[in-house]
Amino acid sequence: MIERRPFVQKILKNRQSNLRVVSGLGTSTWDLMSGGDDKANFGFIGAMGQAIPFALGLAMAQPDLRILLFTGDGDTLMSLGSIATVANHPVTNLTIIVMDNESYVETGSQPTATAGKTDLEIVAKGSGIANSYTIHSEKDYDRIIKTIYEEEGPSLVVAKCQAKATPLVFPHSFDGSVSINRFMSTLKS
Amino acid sequence: MEGAIKDWRNDIYKVFKELDITMVSHVPDAGHTPLINLCEKDNEIDVVTLTTEQDGVGLSCGAFAGGRKSALLMQSSGVGNCINALALPNICRIPFLTLVSMRGEWGEFVPWQVPMGLGTPKVLEAMDVKVFRADYKEEVGSTVDAAARFAFNTNRSAAVLLSQKMIGAKQFKNG
Repeated sequence: MIERRPFVQKILKNRQSNLRVVSGLGTSTWDLMSGGDDKANFGFIGAMGQAIPFALGLAMAQPDLRILLFTGDGDTLMSLGSIATVANHPVTNLTIIVMDNESYVETGSQPTATAGKTDLEIVAKGSGIANSYTIHSEKDYDRIIKTIYEEEGPSLVVAKCQAKATPLVFPHSFDGSVSINRFMSTLKS
Repeated sequence: MEGAIKDWRNDIYKVFKELDITMVSHVPDAGHTPLINLCEKDNEIDVVTLTTEQDGVGLSCGAFAGGRKSALLMQSSGVGNCINALALPNICRIPFLTLVSMRGEWGEFVPWQVPMGLGTPKVLEAMDVKVFRADYKEEVGSTVDAAARFAFNTNRSAAVLLSQKMIGAKQFKNG
């Protein structure tokens, strides 16, 4: 099992200038922000289920950048159909990393479907995302970096991680208009 | 476009072209089909078929963040699926435009369409979406143009309800 926060921070540590990072609501956003404030990040704090479609729209609009989405199993399960949409409207520059702790940690660690019979790697493959795999340890860091920056997407990586509550790390602003405008200032229009 | 049958969807397509709307997502509805076909023939427009209407809200916002304008096409039954997702353009002040083909109002055959048809304008307004409406084909172009400018000029959400009277109520036959 991966300890999620240091793993996310490690992925972000030597980030390249062509990377833009989006995070799904809750723990994924606190994880992303724990890597340091960066205008090239945009973190959801609500609108559960919308992170994957948002990342798809962004990737389609900015084909010369690499787009990375960190999100949780809960957020992903809310919009499973969006995985099929990603698969069928191919974007080669999108990597989705599902930090799969098999639980709704923020609300009291109730188990999600991935604690039961559901396997998001198989869901992704069955939906048509051929480049989908599961990692269980930090040793797969190099593989993930290659996926993010070099491999032809879309890619979906299921990162099995500990279901442990971590300290909240807030973004620069909770005002979405401030966050999105900061993020957009890093993009050529 | 030459030789095309005059259709009010052409007027919507013209607005898309004039305002540089280059991404169109949809859960299909027969009322939108001629417009979807026009967009699919256009190499400058990406057409994204969704599995649920709410994903079009996120998609549209992500596209705008990346510098592209888009529109979401759906039937009134899909509006209910979008409610919480509409928080995203609202809180981020991202322009959001949707065109809604109405069911459950004018000569409807299917009773199951009525609840969401009746609820559609109320639900949109409850989520701070500015609601425009076109009842006649002659006013479609100007209404979509006005709604799109409202959305993109003021960074708000706007919907155009395309009336069932104009689209035509389909009468089903058993067998």
